[in-house]
Amino acid sequence: MVTIELNQPGKTVLMMGDEAIARGAIEAGVDFCASYPGTPATEIPESLARVADRFNIYAEWSTNEIVAFEAATAASLAGLRALVAMKQNGVNVCSDFLMTVNLAGTNGGLVFVAADDPSAISSSNEQDSRSYARYADLPLLEPADFQEAKDMTKWAFEVSEKLGLPCILRSVTRLSHSRGNVKLGELPEKKRTAKFEGVYISGAFVAAQHAALHQKLEQAREDFEPSRFNFYVGPRKAKFVIVTCGSGWLYSREAVAALGLEGKVGILKIGTTWPLPEKFIIDHLKNVTEVFVVEEVDPFLEQNLKILLAEQAKTLGPIEVYGAKSGHRPPFGELNQDKVITALTSIKGLQARTRDEKYIEKAKEALTYIPPRMPTFCTGCPHRASLWAIKSALKLDGRDGFVTGDIGCYSIGAGPAGFFQLKTIHCMGAGIGLANGFGKLEKFGFNQPVIAVCGDSTFYHAAIPALINARVNNSNVLMVVLDNGGTAMTGFQPHPGSGCDALGRPAPTVEIENICKAIGVEVRVRDPFEISQAVQDIYDMLQENGPRVMVFRRRCFRIEAKEKLQKKYYVDQTKCIGDDCGCARFCSRVFNCPGIIWDQEAQRAKIDEMVCTGCGVCATLCPRGAIIVRGAAS
Amino acid sequence: MTLEKDPLNLIIAGVGGQGNILASQIVATAGIKEGLYVTVGETYGASQRGGPVMSHIRFSARAQCGPLIPEGEADIIVGLEPIEALRIIGDFGNPKTRVIVSPRPIYPIWVLSGQAKYPPVEEVLQKLGELVAEVRVVKAIQEGETGLVANVVIVGDLAGSGMLPIALQNFEDSIREIFAPKDLALNLQAFRKGVELARGKAVASTPIKTRKRK
Repeated sequence: MVTIELNQPGKTVLMMGDEAIARGAIEAGVDFCASYPGTPATEIPESLARVADRFNIYAEWSTNEIVAFEAATAASLAGLRALVAMKQNGVNVCSDFLMTVNLAGTNGGLVFVAADDPSAISSSNEQDSRSYARYADLPLLEPADFQEAKDMTKWAFEVSEKLGLPCILRSVTRLSHSRGNVKLGELPEKKRTAKFEGVYISGAFVAAQHAALHQKLEQAREDFEPSRFNFYVGPRKAKFVIVTCGSGWLYSREAVAALGLEGKVGILKIGTTWPLPEKFIIDHLKNVTEVFVVEEVDPFLEQNLKILLAEQAKTLGPIEVYGAKSGHRPPFGELNQDKVITALTSIKGLQARTRDEKYIEKAKEALTYIPPRMPTFCTGCPHRASLWAIKSALKLDGRDGFVTGDIGCYSIGAGPAGFFQLKTIHCMGAGIGLANGFGKLEKFGFNQPVIAVCGDSTFYHAAIPALINARVNNSNVLMVVLDNGGTAMTGFQPHPGSGCDALGRPAPTVEIENICKAIGVEVRVRDPFEISQAVQDIYDMLQENGPRVMVFRRRCFRIEAKEKLQKKYYVDQTKCIGDDCGCARFCSRVFNCPGIIWDQEAQRAKIDEMVCTGCGVCATLCPRGAIIVRGAAS
Repeated sequence: MTLEKDPLNLIIAGVGGQGNILASQIVATAGIKEGLYVTVGETYGASQRGGPVMSHIRFSARAQCGPLIPEGEADIIVGLEPIEALRIIGDFGNPKTRVIVSPRPIYPIWVLSGQAKYPPVEEVLQKLGELVAEVRVVKAIQEGETGLVANVVIVGDLAGSGMLPIALQNFEDSIREIFAPKDLALNLQAFRKGVELARGKAVASTPIKTRKRK
């Protein structure tokens, strides 16, 4: 993490893609950064916040992405350089502002980083945010490696400033969360002062503004033509050319090399993917008869290229285009070198590079021998206890009640870690939004109780309008806020209830229960580790009508662990009576905490001290009282 | 500089919370100090504690590589957990792959809940041995020792094994750069313990099988 602030131009360092983007912003003299955490974009603002004092940057974690974007735009309107970064879903949240700021325009360089997550490695959906650039008529840059991540970010500020538009920089998980070589550039002297002048109104002369926007885009196209981020490698008169961008570049280069096709196949790498540098592309496709478009997720480049080829049919003649439409690249899931190789061998009729089938068979056979490993709640995680309480209360209630879910660590509560309790998961805030509707179905014979679970950060981000809706329409819904004190899923960034800012300084708090009270809904606050009380409260609240809120408050154990040394627990194997107990190995088998294992030899439960974080909730649940704090009187 | 095999592909596999990311960062930074192009592809984010975590680390003297190792192309696999080492052989292993593995199991949730069995570790290592050219079993920590630096001990073993074309000094410089001063001494000590294990100067390392390639 020290590398991002190094003042050693020319030195090569290892940098995560996100850090490289942050460093590019620093080299551009960024003044302002606002964001809402989301994988894989989180480390961009985090890196900037870490060096905010040194480089005189204002950095904040905003309540949600659109607020972050609006705040960053304000800095731009005052003549500063600003960056906003978010994961793909955040782009959707921003879309309303995006579709007006494009018309109203910006002033200081404003870079909008959209970090997509192909294959949804850490997301609830898969999307290709590049379409927003075409949709909103905004310039789009796609870095293809770590060096470009830094250099293009720096350039993006200049692009934005020249056009008076936000410049979109699209990253993907395998760039943002991978690491590689980055040669550092100069650190600038910054002396900007903020001053707002002018008028930025979308809506006064919309058609004229829209026309002007199209002109700006034509300007961008011209500026993109000579960009060093667009280049060609390969033989001079190749008939077959791979056209690629972003993550596709490194995979394509390796695939061509692996198949020994360097002398036959050219690669046209495009860094400025909207608007396309048309002259540059036409120049490089003049002798070409076949093109294979390699990109990740949607056929964005492919479709735009096809339009260009159709327009240039007289100049270029017929060109066969392979890609998603032809079935040579799946338009979903993340890309890799193997997928490019498979496509190339199929198109070129080459012998595929194959592994020894007997070996694969033997290796796969070994897989049947080992147990799967599902992600689970951490040892000491309050969500396990909260979902156990919810499960228990719903069972006691007996009316086939169910849980609508939301986005956060607790999403894995849809699986075995959370006893399969979550039955719906969509976008942030959707849990309470859906529950609103379920809560009004009484006249259609609906009598199942509905519990909406929602994280604390999610509550501030997206749940409040739905809760207000539940109040004014008197919807029968129990909202359970799983308040663990921070945005845990992405690495414990603070939220409005945390009491500190992005730089770790004390900040005012906005209490969840005060918001609930102001809305006028009944609210209780409980510790989920006091499980029998938690079950009783949920059960009681399920018997009431109208909107109600339970706040299960317990700090994320990993935040706690940072702050203090934890207690050590052990199983007193003279008290634990194993399978004679009748608890069905509750602690290890039913409650499912990885900190408790079954001691095969002793036929008793045992604490795995390597894994146990000492939360002690199992001690309150063990019917024999056999789980004991080390050093405590037994 | 040229590499005997270019790119040289290393996978570090383990379980969330074991320090996989940090281990890969140490190795990759050392590679950069050696003057190589290094690419690290990491799989995490949804990997809360307990999920599998894997880092792909690729070294090249020629060019920046993509972040993912192609199927069957892992030259070295470092397993911070035994079944996680075995799990990735199917996708990335080949008969020439060399493996360094910690024998200490971390039980998956399905094993805890009784729905699946964790096989005996010796059998896991045996199966590994049948699939790859070499398996080095490294007991990074003894019973009762803190597991916090086990990942760094294994990195030390990897460095000491000579499998990577990177000088020990570059590993140590990398560790000095990555760790905060308060954690530095402990981690350097762990690293050096690992180097000694690889050089056979400590007893806890047992190379169980070295198969000659045909």
